[in-house]
Amino acid sequence: MPELMQFLLSGITVGAVYALVALGFTIIYNASDVVNFAQGEFVMLGGMITVFAYQAGLPLPLAALIAIAATAAAGVAFNKLAIETARGAPVVSLIIITIGASIFIQGVAQVVFDKQLHRLPAFSGDEPLHVFGATILPQSLWVMGGALIVFVGLWVFFTRTLTGRAVLATSNNRLAAQLVGINTNFVMTLSFGLSAAIGALAGVLVTPITLTSYQIGISLALKGFAAAMLGGMGNPKGALVGGIALGLLEALTAGYLSSQYKDAVAFVVILAVLFAMPQGLFGRKAMERV
Amino acid sequence: MKLSAKQASLLVLAVLIVLSPFFFPSGYYFRVGSLLFVNGLAVVGIVILTGFAGQISLGHAGFVGIGAYACALAPAYLGLHPALSAVLGAVVSGATAYLVGRPILRLKGYYLAVASLGFGILVSMVLANEARWTGGPDGIKTPDLGLRGLLADMGLELTNPQFWYALSGLALLIGAWLALNLRDSPTGRALRALHGSEVAARTVGIDVAQAKLMAFVVSAVYASASGSLLALQNRFITPDVAGYMHSIELVTMAVLGGAGSVLGAIFGAGILTLLPQALTVFQNYEQIMLGLVMMLVMVFMRQGLLPSVLGLMRGRGE
Amino acid sequence: MRKLLTGVALASLASLSFASFAWADIKLGATVSETGPASFLGDPEAKTLKLMVEQINASGGIKGEKIKLFLYDDGGDPNKARTFATRLVEDDGVVAIIGGTTTGTSMSVMPVVEDAKIPFISLAGAIEIIDPVRPNTFKTPHTDRMACEKIFDDMKKRGYTKIGMLSGTDGFGASMRAQCLAVAPNYGITILADENYGPKDADMTPQLTNIRGKSDIQAVLSPGFGQGPAIVTRNYAQLGITLPLYQSHGVASNGFIELAGAKASEGVRLPGTALLVGELLADNDPQKPVVMAYKTAFEKATGTPVSTFGGYAHDALRIFVDAVSRSKSTKPADIRDAIEKTSGLVGTTGTVTMSPKDHLGLDLGSFRMLEIKNGGWVLVK
Repeated sequence: MPELMQFLLSGITVGAVYALVALGFTIIYNASDVVNFAQGEFVMLGGMITVFAYQAGLPLPLAALIAIAATAAAGVAFNKLAIETARGAPVVSLIIITIGASIFIQGVAQVVFDKQLHRLPAFSGDEPLHVFGATILPQSLWVMGGALIVFVGLWVFFTRTLTGRAVLATSNNRLAAQLVGINTNFVMTLSFGLSAAIGALAGVLVTPITLTSYQIGISLALKGFAAAMLGGMGNPKGALVGGIALGLLEALTAGYLSSQYKDAVAFVVILAVLFAMPQGLFGRKAMERV
Repeated sequence: MKLSAKQASLLVLAVLIVLSPFFFPSGYYFRVGSLLFVNGLAVVGIVILTGFAGQISLGHAGFVGIGAYACALAPAYLGLHPALSAVLGAVVSGATAYLVGRPILRLKGYYLAVASLGFGILVSMVLANEARWTGGPDGIKTPDLGLRGLLADMGLELTNPQFWYALSGLALLIGAWLALNLRDSPTGRALRALHGSEVAARTVGIDVAQAKLMAFVVSAVYASASGSLLALQNRFITPDVAGYMHSIELVTMAVLGGAGSVLGAIFGAGILTLLPQALTVFQNYEQIMLGLVMMLVMVFMRQGLLPSVLGLMRGRGE
Repeated sequence: MRKLLTGVALASLASLSFASFAWADIKLGATVSETGPASFLGDPEAKTLKLMVEQINASGGIKGEKIKLFLYDDGGDPNKARTFATRLVEDDGVVAIIGGTTTGTSMSVMPVVEDAKIPFISLAGAIEIIDPVRPNTFKTPHTDRMACEKIFDDMKKRGYTKIGMLSGTDGFGASMRAQCLAVAPNYGITILADENYGPKDADMTPQLTNIRGKSDIQAVLSPGFGQGPAIVTRNYAQLGITLPLYQSHGVASNGFIELAGAKASEGVRLPGTALLVGELLADNDPQKPVVMAYKTAFEKATGTPVSTFGGYAHDALRIFVDAVSRSKSTKPADIRDAIEKTSGLVGTTGTVTMSPKDHLGLDLGSFRMLEIKNGGWVLVK
């Protein structure tokens, strides 16, 4: 049994990383129906800025705080300069804008920082904890805790706060939202700021495990995107469950079937789920306007 | 004589392809030109799928990969001539698209995007992992097409880049011609109708599922042909051609230039093929410039570069 | 309207040519992966080439002629690499090309240089590049087969015959895995577990758990590069596996110890070049002055520690400069002939002696078996 336990712990660790990235997608998607492919770059910025601030001699918590604030500012700037100006453009154009932003941010990062791999020290040491004959690093618990807190925070935000409901209202019908007095511009700015901050937080938490470099964003964004779609885009619960499920699938496949095809198995399962449930596990049913 | 929009588009394309070489200072420009045409061919397929039928695919490089590896594997294992291998690749791609398309195309929007992304990743993963057959991530050699030698025997001596410029230019012209014909055919009109609204299309009696599937299969064959041309031209191919980066690149080319118009999408392929070559002077700032151009074009020219520019000129001129 | 479009397109094509127009005495081309998945290989390579060309020109060039370097970033994309190779040959008119950071990019440059008969020195590992030998293609790094042989040789000496393997599925890992599987029987080594991981994976404990589960395994080999091997090493420590761990030459840099952590990487062995252990070399070692000179210059200019990969570019440029200085003329064909006659040239990877049958010119002896002790490297005797 220790093997199975190890596979599960590994799966949950990796799954929590995916879930954190997937959670970042939900806010922007809820506010604007845009899947922000630059979300992975927010994760990268969070990690890289922390690494360089920490190397410059700042204490780790302060470095992390600066990274999160700076990334949130980048998210707001991205919204103001690009997304808001492109208001009314078709969704596919908005996707290309976010891909362009992703390439742009990577380009800036490789000039401002460097092209090497970096790591942060684990927050609570590297001594593994033993659970039923398997081991887990304390940092994994940080990542899981982070994912859980962000999830609960988002859930409360969307269901219990007026601002959160305003975000949902904006996504459902922008004009109607404006008519009932919602400041949709503020909602958009807030969404991008929050999403970027969550991404950066994810970057800070996962860097001691996954390491970071200027180009980790794309693959994280794709995995997070897949996880979010598996769970159902826009729903924090979907992001959390989708992320953990993806991580577990990969770990169990690597453990029991084939480590070479673990990503393939994960995608086959995603395809199968989508065929049975075209809106993902927890997605809301989309209405088509004629 | 008044030219129709279709004839005008084809004429512009043909004139560009034929006249450009007179201004080429070296063989390198033929290489860049032929790359542009190869990308353009795949992007015309995206126009049919995304521009006409309104379906998003983030996995079309998978079909590029099938077309490319057909030209490497079929000659080696089946003893097929490279040209026939390209045809085989197109058939396999079309059949795969038919099988995969049925379930996938029931999904909408981002769900379709992630499903197609998954398909593309599966293809590139098989190409990378089945090293015994495919040579693995380091790639595999493809045989010489032999046509250039044949032409030389007939007295038409072309350098390698010149030959590939001509052949892929011809392929693009044919591809554009077929796509433009499709656009104005009943099927094309059905596709554009379902792009507007699936429900509306269904109520006027269009078999929506069948029409989408048709667009998916045709665009897969375009992608496959593009992959075959690339593999035969490079004489070497790696699984990168099937990767998601290439899929995203193809969609970006189409949307940047104007996904609704064949000429516009080819123009987009041109921009994204030429830009990295022109940006080498910026060295480390290359990626920043590329990202910036993509954002600026999409922010200020929503319909894509070419349709927006044409619209502007029409607005001023008339 | 149509005319205007034609004009715009032609102008944009034509404008490409002005950017690279410059007179130079000896034109040297390079295409390396400064960005993309192999950027931590390509980045030091590009920096090394720029730095050394500057140095050589500052000290008067080769026989009084200056080198003009045309350096492109192919982003690790084989298709781009081929385009840049065509550009270097057809447009820039270079006399030789250095580059191809990865095996894929090198292999796609080869048809171009063999057609144009321009000498090409690859910086990539796989044996296919120089076996079979092609007239114009050379390379500087040891082959991945040699890395396997060096490691298996060391295992045999320590009495390990049953091993587990955990390889990256990227080009580097997959190619080395295949070579190791092929040569293992020659050393009487059986591979009991053959696991893989993706280059972007964040956790390899499931694979390592399976390897640990096979009780006969005496040692573990992990071919790969990038963050993968560092994570493997950390997971290895996390699971408390005590079997000896061998990494590949793909991680031979000080950055690896930093990423994996000194504690987790304690006792890890890998085949590396003299560059990593310059200070530890005997004073009469012919490589010592060469590697120390490069190390000092590189670290002073860039502020980052030297890596094996930068060393590959260093050796390629040394081979080129040495060949040009012996060559009858600066024509590509003469330079090619001179490169093939390279003899006793001391580089960072070893002493290079080429022949018409050997376009690498290194032997197993120039690989050094290194072990990580207390966060630093030591030479295994």
